[in-house]
Amino acid sequence: MLTHLPILQVIVPLMAAALCLILRHPRLVWMFTLSMSGLTFLISAALLQQVVTSGTIIYELGGWEAPWGIEYRIDLLNAYLLLIISAMSTVVLIAAQTSIENEIPKDRHVLFYILYLLSLTGMLGIVATGDVFNVFVFLEISSLSAYALIAMGKDRRALWAAYQYLIMGTIGATFILIAVGLIYQMTGTLNMADLAERLPEVAHTRTVFAAFAFLIVGICLKLALFPLHLWLPNAYAYAPSIVTVFLAATATKVAVYLLIRFTFSVFDLSFSFTTLPLQTLFVILGLIGIFAASITAIYQRNVKHLFAYSSVAQIGYMIVGYSIGTATGLMATLLHVFNHALMKGALFLALGAVMYRVGSVQLNQFHGLGRQMPITMAAIVIGGLSLIGVPLTVGFVSKWYLILAALENGWWPVAVLILLGSLLAIVYVWRIVEVAYFREAEAGSIPVKEAPMAFLLPIWLLVAANIYFGVDTQLTVSVAGAASQSLFGGSP
Amino acid sequence: MMMMIGLYNYWVVMVLMMIGLYIVIAHGNLIKKIVGLNIFQTSVFIFYISLAKVEGGTAPILAEGINLYSNPLPHVLILTAIVVGISTTALGLALVVRIKEAYGTMEEEDIQKKDNQEC
Repeated sequence: MLTHLPILQVIVPLMAAALCLILRHPRLVWMFTLSMSGLTFLISAALLQQVVTSGTIIYELGGWEAPWGIEYRIDLLNAYLLLIISAMSTVVLIAAQTSIENEIPKDRHVLFYILYLLSLTGMLGIVATGDVFNVFVFLEISSLSAYALIAMGKDRRALWAAYQYLIMGTIGATFILIAVGLIYQMTGTLNMADLAERLPEVAHTRTVFAAFAFLIVGICLKLALFPLHLWLPNAYAYAPSIVTVFLAATATKVAVYLLIRFTFSVFDLSFSFTTLPLQTLFVILGLIGIFAASITAIYQRNVKHLFAYSSVAQIGYMIVGYSIGTATGLMATLLHVFNHALMKGALFLALGAVMYRVGSVQLNQFHGLGRQMPITMAAIVIGGLSLIGVPLTVGFVSKWYLILAALENGWWPVAVLILLGSLLAIVYVWRIVEVAYFREAEAGSIPVKEAPMAFLLPIWLLVAANIYFGVDTQLTVSVAGAASQSLFGGSP
Repeated sequence: MMMMIGLYNYWVVMVLMMIGLYIVIAHGNLIKKIVGLNIFQTSVFIFYISLAKVEGGTAPILAEGINLYSNPLPHVLILTAIVVGISTTALGLALVVRIKEAYGTMEEEDIQKKDNQEC
């Protein structure tokens, strides 16, 4: 049983999705989905434990040996990402049933959970697999279900957002498919470990350059790296609240993983960073992304839009850390992947609670909410502080390492710009705080009650994690540090 | 000139790919965009299939006297990708139907206009 954990990680949610069709009753399906997601979380925790104690796990699907069969390869980086995805999915699901009651018609509740599980399957599959074509298949599984999930939003603009995402996402995935074809043409293998061995021989050919370019553009579309982020704000803003939380906490993280895996393990670092000018390109795009998206966020009237743009900015931080090209920089990125999942999870969930009580997340609806929903708003404040990077929150930890990495490399202008970017975060977080706490509720408006327990529990679970991992950094820093060391140390 | 003829399959793929992408970008009609996306994806399918061809090779069947055969793997891969393509098209068209119901139009410009009025 224990030796089959890598495949169970992916199979459990996939089979659970099919079983949901048999169960049919929405509340039952919710409990089933929650428990299955909890099971994947336990599996990924066990996997991380195994990897930490006994090193990389290699699992051959169906007993077929590696270059012929598909291989799942779980090293520290994979295990770390698997844990983030399954943990966030489980926490988010606690609030799911309550949240979708108001936002999705009752006859679609079961479909919602099926799509959710399929999306989860896809993301876990992308991370677990060691085969590049398999990556494409899982990418499409997770994306197709994500498009459908977004289209379930109440507002008709959700449909339009889902359509735009579908077009952009499909172009991105097809680009990755082209890249896989070109790489296969040059090396005759699809296995990542094999590719890492065979690519250096043909690294100077134009075919491989073209493959690399297609790959990077494709991944960046999925990653929503500035200026390819245009699909993201609307998709996040009009999707049902739960879908927004789930996607914001996991989807872009998976794309970051893909970027790291391909540029560090499949192609080696000297190819990605010295043969081609990826480093310069990404530092510039990352920094522009931080500023452009943060400034746009300040002017948003819809709070979900605001945090969606802030997500684009946070992706900028991850990319800057990544492109510093040192072990510390990569560690900062990996930390930020985890920390950003925690803070955006808490923030978007709190917005889901506001949506549940108020029915809208326009900024002008937040008047007086500080008094009417004190516990939810306190969560938004702490999440916002974490987003800014105030000490004792997780946001501080990743920014600290990010700036450290920039300074180590002698890139002090980058460090200064990162700090300036954080100042912009203060501005947009303050706008919400000001409206919620210092404006009276409009006269004659119906006072709203505090959010129900189903929301408060997961929200504060995430807020507590925001503070806990901000104070006790030992676990995250050691895992992220070891993962980035191993990526710099050699083959996956 | 030799390059044109010898690599004609790649030229076909490139031309189809550009036509597809151009339709996606330039056309405002949502269904035309989906069709463009389809052409774009199909070009990649052709690319995979053509790169599997081994000169003088036959179909990959285990039989006596057959030593040289085409690489079957890309065919299998692209079978999966075709399924993905069909699902994408189906989902895209389903979205267009619902967009038409909700907005009363399938033109990108009109949808944008209606969205801007709401904001």
